[in-house]
Amino acid sequence: MFKLDNTRQIFGEALAEYGVKNKKVVVVTADVSSSVMTTFFAQKNPERFFNVGIAEAGMVDTAVGFALSGFIPFANTFAALLLRATEQIRTCVAYANTNVKIVGSFAGLSDAKDGATHHSIMDLAVFRAMPNMTVIVPSDSIEARKMIPLMAELEGPAYIRISRAEMPIIFDESHKVEIGKGITVRDGNDVSIIANGHLLSRALEAADKLSSQGIKARVVNMHTIKPLDMPLLRKCAQETGAIVTAEEHSIIGGLGSAVAETIADENPVPVKRVGVADKFTESSKELDPLLDKYGMAVDDIVKAAQQAVKQK
Amino acid sequence: MAVKTGYSPELIKKLEDMARQLRIDVIEMTHCRGQGHPGGSLSPAEIMSVLFFHHLRLDPKKPQWENRDRFILSKGHACAILYAALAHRGYMPLEELETWGCLDSRLQGHPDWKKTPGVDMTSGCLGHGINIGAGLCLAAQLKGLDYYTYVLLGDGELQAGILWEGAMLAAKYKLSRLIAIVDCNGVQLDGTTEEIMPLEPLRNKWESFGWAVLDINGHSVPEVLAALDKAHANGDKPTVIIARTVKGKGVSFMEGKAAWHGKGINDEEYQQAMEDLKKNV
Repeated sequence: MFKLDNTRQIFGEALAEYGVKNKKVVVVTADVSSSVMTTFFAQKNPERFFNVGIAEAGMVDTAVGFALSGFIPFANTFAALLLRATEQIRTCVAYANTNVKIVGSFAGLSDAKDGATHHSIMDLAVFRAMPNMTVIVPSDSIEARKMIPLMAELEGPAYIRISRAEMPIIFDESHKVEIGKGITVRDGNDVSIIANGHLLSRALEAADKLSSQGIKARVVNMHTIKPLDMPLLRKCAQETGAIVTAEEHSIIGGLGSAVAETIADENPVPVKRVGVADKFTESSKELDPLLDKYGMAVDDIVKAAQQAVKQK
Repeated sequence: MAVKTGYSPELIKKLEDMARQLRIDVIEMTHCRGQGHPGGSLSPAEIMSVLFFHHLRLDPKKPQWENRDRFILSKGHACAILYAALAHRGYMPLEELETWGCLDSRLQGHPDWKKTPGVDMTSGCLGHGINIGAGLCLAAQLKGLDYYTYVLLGDGELQAGILWEGAMLAAKYKLSRLIAIVDCNGVQLDGTTEEIMPLEPLRNKWESFGWAVLDINGHSVPEVLAALDKAHANGDKPTVIIARTVKGKGVSFMEGKAAWHGKGINDEEYQQAMEDLKKNV
C-alpha cells in the first residue's frame, strides 16, 4: 500500500549533511555507527565524530561535556541500550538541562530479528518521565530527516527514535513539521486514531477499513509525545468523542499513556491503547508479522476503534 | 613524590590558612543546616584551597568565560567545601552559605550548575566526572581553547564502572588537559574502601589505563602545588593525582570514620569541631 524507504540511512545521510552546515554538531556513538549509519557523519565530519566504544553511559556523559562547551552533541546508539545510560540521561542531560540530543536507533521492534534484548518497548516511558526532555517519534523518513535541524535548534534535551526497518513513505518533500504540533493526516468525526512511527501507516490502513464499515476515523500523526499537542488532543476528544492510540511501544508509558492521562484530566472520552501489552517480545525475520503478533496489527486498531465508538 | 621547592612560604601559609578556613566553613554550614557530608568535605580542603586560590584560571566576574579552567566536583556530596571556596573567591556573598539546602536557595544539597555561579556541572550521583571532563577537553580541542579540566573524585567513586569508561576514552584521545584528582580518604558510606570494595593497587590501575599518575599526601599544600604543576607537563597523557587524605581531617572525632560520611552536626559536636580546627590544622 505504501512504498518503503530506509529511514536509518536517510537519517544518517541527513545528519551528515546538516553537520557540514552546522559546525556546532558533534556525534558521539558507542560502537554502532555502521549500524545506525552515523558513519556518514564520520565521513563528512571526521573531526567531529567520536566513538567511545561499548560504553553507553560514558557516551552520554561525554556528550554532556560537549554541550557544556557550546556544542550540539547527537549521542547515538540502539534505543534498547540507552536504558543503560538512564541515570546519566536523567541527571546530566534532563536535570542539568544540557543541550544534548539523544538518538535511539533500532527503536521499537524494528530490529525484529535480534529479539527482545534489542527491542525497545519502554524507552518512551522512561524518557517521557524526565522533566525538560522533548520526545519525538517520527512517522516516516522525511519526517525523521526534517526533525534534525529542528532538534538542533531547540535549546535543551531531546530524544528521537529512529527505526531500523524500512518505513512506509507517508509524506512528501512539502511536509511541514514542527516539534510539539501534531498533524491531522485524515479527517473524520467518529473516532480519532492518534499514532506515530510505524503505526501511523497502519492507522491509515485501519481508517480505510473502518470507512468501509461506516466509521469515519480521524488519523493524527502525533510525532512529538512530549510536549504533547494538548489543543489538538482536546479538539479530537471534543469533535470525535472517542480515541485510539497506536504505537510501537508498550501500552505503559508511551503515547497511549500520554494521551490517556491528558484525556482523563480534561475531556473524559473512551480511550483504547494499541501497543505491546506489557510483555516481552521475540525474534522474527520480519517486522510486520512481529507487530501483528504483538497486538499492533491493522485489525487491532480497527477493533480498538470499533470498541471505542461503542463506548461513546 | 619529591616536593618541588620554590613555592614561597607566604603562598604556602596563605593556602594552608584557606584550607583551615574552608574546613571551618564546612563545619559551620553542616551545623547550621543540620545535614550534609562533613567527612568527605573536610578531606579535600588543601586540594580545594590550592585549586581555587592559586591554580585554577578563573574570573569570578565572568563565571561563563569560555576559556576558564573547568572544575567538576564529581564527588558532589562534598559540595559544602565547593560552595565555601566559591564564596571566598567572590562568586557569591559569604552569608549565602547559610542558605545551603534551604528551599529557594541557589545552593542545592548537591551541586547544580544552573543555580550556582561558579559551578561548572551538576553532580551528586557518582561516576560522571571523567566522561564529562573528557567531553569538555575534546570540545576545547575543537575550539582551539587551552583551558584545563579538573575533576575531583572520591576514592569510593572509583568503584563505578562508568569511571573507567571515561578513563579509557581520555587515554584514547590523549587528553593531556584532563586532570583527575582522587580524594583518597579510604572511607565510604558503608565502611572503609578496603572492606567494601578494595581499590588498590590504584597507581597500577590508572597507569594500565594509560594515565600519568602522581601519588601524593593530599594534606600537604606544597605537594598539592607541585603535583598540579607537574600535571601540566605530562605530554599526551591525562593525569591523575592520587591524593592520600584522611576522611574528616582536622576534626578529632570524625577522622577516618564512615559514620561521618553523611551526618549533621549537633551543638556539642560543633563546639568540639571548632576547637579542634582552631588548634590542629
